[in-house]
Amino acid sequence: MTIKLEQHIDPTLVPILEEISDPEIPVLSIMDMGVVRSAILEDNIAKITITPTYSGCPAMDVIGEDITKAFAKENIEAKVSLVLSPAWTTDWITSRGRKALEAYGIAAPLDEEADKEALLGGKKIVKCPQCGSVNTKMISQFGSTACKALFQCNDCLEPFDYFKCLK
Amino acid sequence: MKNENKIQYIYGIADNALILGQRLSELCGHGPNLETDIALTNMALDLLGQTRSYYQYVAELSGEGKTEDDIAFLRTERQYKNVLLVEQPNKHFGYVITRQFLFDIFHLLLLEKLQNSEDERLAAIAKKGIKEVSYHQRFSSDWIKRLGDGTKESHQKVQEAVDDLWTFTDELFHSTEEDQIALDHKIGVDTIELKEKYYQKVKEILEEATLSIPETKWFQKGGKQGIHSEHMGYLLSDLQYMQRTYPNMKW
Ligand SMILES: [Zn+2]
Repeated sequence: MTIKLEQHIDPTLVPILEEISDPEIPVLSIMDMGVVRSAILEDNIAKITITPTYSGCPAMDVIGEDITKAFAKENIEAKVSLVLSPAWTTDWITSRGRKALEAYGIAAPLDEEADKEALLGGKKIVKCPQCGSVNTKMISQFGSTACKALFQCNDCLEPFDYFKCLK
Repeated sequence: MKNENKIQYIYGIADNALILGQRLSELCGHGPNLETDIALTNMALDLLGQTRSYYQYVAELSGEGKTEDDIAFLRTERQYKNVLLVEQPNKHFGYVITRQFLFDIFHLLLLEKLQNSEDERLAAIAKKGIKEVSYHQRFSSDWIKRLGDGTKESHQKVQEAVDDLWTFTDELFHSTEEDQIALDHKIGVDTIELKEKYYQKVKEILEEATLSIPETKWFQKGGKQGIHSEHMGYLLSDLQYMQRTYPNMKW
């Protein structure tokens, strides 16, 4: 296991990778999610390294298969491997990814400090993705998947997911 | 450090995550309400995810063509090295929370040390786990306070759970032969060193929850040597049923 902070991604592979979406948040490509850590082409074999958002993320197996399939379509063999270090952080979600989350109805992660205030201090700072109000409350620290918490808007009354900050 | 010793050392950590994960997953669809049901199964998923990372590493170290599934599903009871605490049954919600709380405090202290292991792979698994276990600890500590400082009934139930499960806490800090070897090779964690901090933290939260700290000086042990309580056999028969009945089956 090598520890590399910077991503090594062959730009020619990006279009293929951008077509693959996160199975649990289909509006987000795995590139925007920041789970692709490296992608290199060697002797017509694409070597792709991905990292899980959470240890038990069941999406990882599916993502691995989706990558293999997407490259097979382009007649490229893909080898997918998993790395744990450095551990994924929500900082790796791209700004395009954050916008896609909001449009999909999931509040994007706040920075670490604000996240703590929202989840622990009950501070009203998480913005409702439906109506934009910050008059919201946390229902549960754990949402529909490990990476999210459940919130509700006090104004439009819609429940929504908040993507928890992970550092 | 010999691979066999390292494998045994990893079992001592990983089996706790597997067995507690299994206990929590038994609650899937049976939580007291939707939010806590989802929370408990999310935690089960985190623990099983951590378990997979450890077992995949063990499979590589063993070099016998073993898979993570063989390790999880095909060992006999005596070969599991989890502490007795995590195999205790889901008696009621307060009991589940207390078991979780008593383990989470330890788990986080352990991983915070393990992330400095000279074994890169273990350090990486620990680092990843810390983020998840911090959430678990927050969840179980909050619930301990809510139940302890809640109604008369919730207080009484959780106090009984604390008194009952307290006897399993000392084992968390027992050092096995493998622990010592791993420590000598700067791969393992000195669990004895965690003990004072653990009880200090646990007591702090129990006091805030208006719960009293048990005074018992008598503690249970055996899990780390593979000598389990009567509950373990039932748990394993549930866990292993599919692989034993349909060998090599895959999802
Ligand atoms: Zn709203």
